[in-house]
Amino acid sequence: MTSLDCRGKRCPLPVIALARAVPSVQVGDVVRVVADDPAAAVDIPAWCRMRGHELTATGTEDDGAPWYDVRRLT
Amino acid sequence: MGVVNGYLDAATAAPLHPVARQALQAALDGGWADPGRLYPVARQARQLLDAAREALAEALGTRPDELHFTAGGTEAARLAIDGVRAVRPGVVVHSAVEHSAVIKSAGDAAQVVGVDRTGRVDEDAFAAAVRTTGTAVAALQSANHEVGTVQPVAAVAAACRDAGVPLYVDAAQSVAWGPVPAGWSLLSASARKWGGPAGVGVLAVRKGVRWEDPRPAAPPVNIPLVVAAAAALRAVVAEAAAESARLRALVDRVRAAVAATVPDVEVVGDPDERLPHIATFSCLYVDGEALLHGLAREGFAVSSGSACTSDTLRPSHVLAAMGVLTHGNVRVSLHRETSSADVDRFLAVLPSVVAQVRAEAGVVGL
Repeated sequence: MTSLDCRGKRCPLPVIALARAVPSVQVGDVVRVVADDPAAAVDIPAWCRMRGHELTATGTEDDGAPWYDVRRLT
Repeated sequence: MGVVNGYLDAATAAPLHPVARQALQAALDGGWADPGRLYPVARQARQLLDAAREALAEALGTRPDELHFTAGGTEAARLAIDGVRAVRPGVVVHSAVEHSAVIKSAGDAAQVVGVDRTGRVDEDAFAAAVRTTGTAVAALQSANHEVGTVQPVAAVAAACRDAGVPLYVDAAQSVAWGPVPAGWSLLSASARKWGGPAGVGVLAVRKGVRWEDPRPAAPPVNIPLVVAAAAALRAVVAEAAAESARLRALVDRVRAAVAATVPDVEVVGDPDERLPHIATFSCLYVDGEALLHGLAREGFAVSSGSACTSDTLRPSHVLAAMGVLTHGNVRVSLHRETSSADVDRFLAVLPSVVAQVRAEAGVVGL
């Protein structure tokens, strides 16, 4: 699974990193974004909705940084 | 281009109405004395204050003796909630998209009711929440200050009445456009949102509502500012039908043109049930602060709910509650001096400003 470490990056950088990474994976594959910017919690689901991809799971790393798993659908 | 032409942030502060300026000047000359004294110049000040109070009460749909003056909308919100909870402790039910002044006043006592994608509160969930034992007061704005969506005040007021819970309505964004639906117990507004001077807030508390002014002593009323605020409100209410139709058409044009001419943009807020003067949108991959600076270079003053433009570096709680994009956010809010040509010029420069920010960030074509 592709994983992006966006700790310390402010909006809109985590979403930009995600948008760059998703086209490089196969349809059906998942990209994980680790992002501690509070805006990512809203903007990553919003990006998935706007782009037609799926937020499959969210969680928290050991250091407390949230992660978001996004499946490429198109 | 004058300063006012590119000023598109009326939802923060509307330019002073010309009638308010005249009234302020006259009241500075005639209303400086202490209205509590008995000599003629004091009686004159008293009469000015009484007339202003009556005009404000009429425009707000309340009675003169139900009005309390504050230093602004934020203090009025705090007085509304603290004043009820002083005599009736308990939970504060409020929507997730209230003004931060309401959210701060509710504090740990809050029970928050969610909103849909347009920013409209879930009225069934709100009604269920106020039935919860121990609700001291419910708070619902008349319309949202960031996205313009009108809230279901009448339905929520009925639910509050059935539950025996007082409803506080923050009407700051809507009083210039018409009366709030009946059924509220407390209502607040702020003069600088309607073209009055900054530093005047009003709180109306209906007779019979259990409320206690939490201030040790109410500060002296600034009569010239209150007189100017009342003159402005009377003027904007008289102009409301024509102005709201004119601005609604401009806002519809902004919403349609932004969606058509800016790629990857999300125009937010209810398309129909909305305030006439606010249009809000978010641009994908765009830094909100860079966008504000780009628009400022073109002579436009707007506001943003994006995290990078806030003191706390947190995104707007309104946009977050709606689940819409928080970055690259712009709120445009129009006023009586905004012309059709001003809007045309804004719409003409916006696509290139957004394109330039995206080009600088290297995100074109993502």
